[in-house]
Amino acid sequence: MGNEDALFYSRILTELTLSFHIIYATIGVGVPLMIMIAQWVGIKKKDEHYILLARRWTRGFVITVAVGVVTGTAIGLQLTLLWPNFMELAGNVIALPLFMETFAFFFEAIFLGIYLYTWDRFRNQRKHLLLLVPVALGAAFSAVFITMVNAFMNAPQGFELVNGELVNVNPIVAMFNPAMPTKVAHVVSSAFMTSAFILASIAAFRLLRGSNHLYHKKALYLTMKVGLIFSIATALIGDFSGKYLAEYQPEKLAAAEWHFETTEKAPLILFGVLQEGEPRYGISIPYALSILAYNNPYAEVTGLDQFPEDEIPPLYIHYLFNIMVAIGMWLTILSFIFWLGIKRDWKFVTGSWFKRLIVLGGPLSIIAIETGWWLAEVGRQPWVLRGLMRTAEAATSSDQVDLMLLLFACLYIVLAIGSVVVLRRMFRKNPVEKELSDRNNNKEEERT
Amino acid sequence: MNIDIEIVGITVLWTFLFGYLIIGSIDYGAGFFNAYNLLTDKEHVLTKIIQRYLSPVWEVTNVFLVFFFVGIIGFFPKTAFYYGTVLLVPVSIALLLLAIRGSYYAFETYGARGHKGYSFMYGLSGLLLPASLSIVLTISEGGFVHLDRGKPVLNYFILFISPLTWSIFLLSITAVLYISAVFLTWYAHKAKDTLATNVMRKYALIWSLPSIITASSIIYQLKFHNDEHFNRLMHLWWMFALSLLFFVGTVLLLWAKRNYGFAFISLIAQYALAFYGYGISHYPYLLYPFLTLYDSFTNEAMAISLIIAFILGLGLLIPSLYLLLRLFLFNKGYVKGNSDYY
Ligand code: HDD
Ligand code: HEM
Ligand code: HEM
Repeated sequence: MGNEDALFYSRILTELTLSFHIIYATIGVGVPLMIMIAQWVGIKKKDEHYILLARRWTRGFVITVAVGVVTGTAIGLQLTLLWPNFMELAGNVIALPLFMETFAFFFEAIFLGIYLYTWDRFRNQRKHLLLLVPVALGAAFSAVFITMVNAFMNAPQGFELVNGELVNVNPIVAMFNPAMPTKVAHVVSSAFMTSAFILASIAAFRLLRGSNHLYHKKALYLTMKVGLIFSIATALIGDFSGKYLAEYQPEKLAAAEWHFETTEKAPLILFGVLQEGEPRYGISIPYALSILAYNNPYAEVTGLDQFPEDEIPPLYIHYLFNIMVAIGMWLTILSFIFWLGIKRDWKFVTGSWFKRLIVLGGPLSIIAIETGWWLAEVGRQPWVLRGLMRTAEAATSSDQVDLMLLLFACLYIVLAIGSVVVLRRMFRKNPVEKELSDRNNNKEEERT
Repeated sequence: MNIDIEIVGITVLWTFLFGYLIIGSIDYGAGFFNAYNLLTDKEHVLTKIIQRYLSPVWEVTNVFLVFFFVGIIGFFPKTAFYYGTVLLVPVSIALLLLAIRGSYYAFETYGARGHKGYSFMYGLSGLLLPASLSIVLTISEGGFVHLDRGKPVLNYFILFISPLTWSIFLLSITAVLYISAVFLTWYAHKAKDTLATNVMRKYALIWSLPSIITASSIIYQLKFHNDEHFNRLMHLWWMFALSLLFFVGTVLLLWAKRNYGFAFISLIAQYALAFYGYGISHYPYLLYPFLTLYDSFTNEAMAISLIIAFILGLGLLIPSLYLLLRLFLFNKGYVKGNSDYY
């Protein structure tokens, strides 16, 4: 196997592992916050339903954490195994956030272990809730730190290259690179949003399946409300990400928008196909790209004509971008209508077709996460470190990458099936109705 | 005194690796004993005690490993180039085992009980995992890697037929079983579970001798494989002699059924002395003969910021770990079985 092959398979394996890890990692970042909100509301309102909600979510969460941990360990090692040249350089400049991430993991892991086994150890429920704070913080900070590393790949700074030697390294400057603020904020808020919609889609699914329990209705309303807040935040921050790109990575934005010539008053093209290098059949919104990029309908937006042929990312990222944005808009509208509808007592928001739309929201937001990352990563190509190191230069020279790809693909299939089966069995064996009556009986017994 | 910052870095990493060695061994051995017990004995005396110890800590165990490999890239970035290139296959296999183990543990414990097959897989993977990770130590001794047009290449055949490889392989298995058994004897004793204590004590005694024989055979193998390392090792003979003394101490205490807590502490001392002795004699090489601590070290700015981050991190970590231990390991009610997981 030549180096070309090693490069090709390394790319596929990296893509595969990251795309798989990101599903569990996103849930890992977002769900602790949701559990916290539910438990807090439950304590405040003295409402058993919310407490039970927190408990059941926690139980499911443990399963996704487990897969998040093992796939995370896989990607952590694979980065070194598949991209040794990149990691050597990265180790010199951006190791600090990676290192701090491990402390976030420690923090999360330790307190999750404690939280799980102390539900009834404290007389004061608030103390138990307090144990969840480090879990949520630890998870959010793992996302923050790792995203800093990824931001560095997009906007490397904090060092100088003199004759191939690294000098004047400043880890802090490297961490706080221009890509960092929007990227970190967008990743964290999209994780919260995704978790809310996944939990909403479970509640809606139960209601559709004929359960009419108040428990599910409360769950649905709570998660949709949180989903609404974070989908607005995600869209807003996404807009800032576009502005960041216009400023620092114009080639990514131009490729994502099929913006070939540098022009003022640039229109935004949605979907469409490319024919002979011309976008066709798309929806063109006048001025919109200039607004997205600079908040000014007359601003000039750099087009792909400004870049050498071999530094232009693949043009299919246009679709990835469109899909992500469309899903973001759609879920904002959907959750807004639901929220307003509940307030105003509109009948259709509790109807079954509306619930079907909500059920779709969970998978859709995961698709948005995936397409968002593919956009960000593929859009950085051909660079692994933008402007400094090409992906081709970073890859391993090892000959067995194809075999490893096969092994890991099998592993992920097993893990995916395993986690779904276990989660389903776990909740099927122990339905809400049964658990609620069990808990009530226990309380009665304690009283007598 | 003037200590090189390189030494500080490697000491931190080596210490966390030692932490992983101990708690990882407990974890891996526990899985094996549990499976063995399930298959051979209908009473399942061990299951409860093992579950109770592992449930709250398994994820923490994993982080020790993550800490080590992230830290080594941070402090010694050149290792990424050498080890990253040659370790693709062995480490991928270890990852596979790790993934199966970690996830199925969670699936079983928190999700739905599966059948015996899982426990069996779980137990077996626990033995193979340390063995596959220990290959890294073997490779670090040199002689298995050569440079081909500036790229490191691993010679699998030489690795496969080397007696050193197999001695380290055997040591990793026997050590895992021995460490785990000694710890669980103590833990079961604290839980006042006499049945489990007796079973674990028996296992600990069974595995004590093999563990020390395999350890000594490595020193012997090293003489032929890497004379330079062997000689340095001999300069530190006193560390290994002390280590042996502690080994005898542990076995005597177990034999006399006395003071299992001390037996475990003495075991830690035994392995710490041997592990650090081995580490110090490895100095200054990270990979014979290509890579030393000094030419692979990161720049000063990064080193200092990593060390500051480490100190701040410890400030968070130590109290939290203490809390975890107090609530679970040293909590009488919990150890005895008043679990309140729902
Ligand atoms: C639920 C998920 C989700 C949703 C609904 C959106 N995004 Fe997003 N987006 C992500 C999840 C995401 C992400 C997975 O978090 C990415 C990938 C890498 C990153 O930094 O964030 C991302 C990247 C990303 C980038 C590339 C950043 C870069 O490469 O540096 C841009 C320009 C946007 N987003 C813009 C938007 C806009 C204008 C949205 C309007 C609604 C939007 N996103 C919705
Ligand atoms: C957060 C830190 C991240 C780091 C350090 C990182 C690192 C890398 C590296 C080294 C490559 C190799 C270049 C290549 O294959 O082309 C890569 C590519 C890629 N990554 Fe990321 N990545 C990160 C996040 C993610 C996430 C979360 C995803 C989730 C889907 C992702 C998806 C991809 C994809 C799809 C590619 C392949 C691009 C191509 O087609 O070549 N990345 N990343
Ligand atoms: C190249 C990129 C990445 C690497 C190297 C990486 C590495 C890891 C590692 C080693 C773990 C296991 C930690 C443990 O043992 O507890 C892990 C888990 C985790 N990762 Fe990733 N990760 C990457 C991308 C991401 C991204 C982009 C996010 C967030 C959006 C993320 C969020 C998490 C979270 C929250 C966990 C904890 C497990 C959980 O709660 O599910 N990771 N990651």
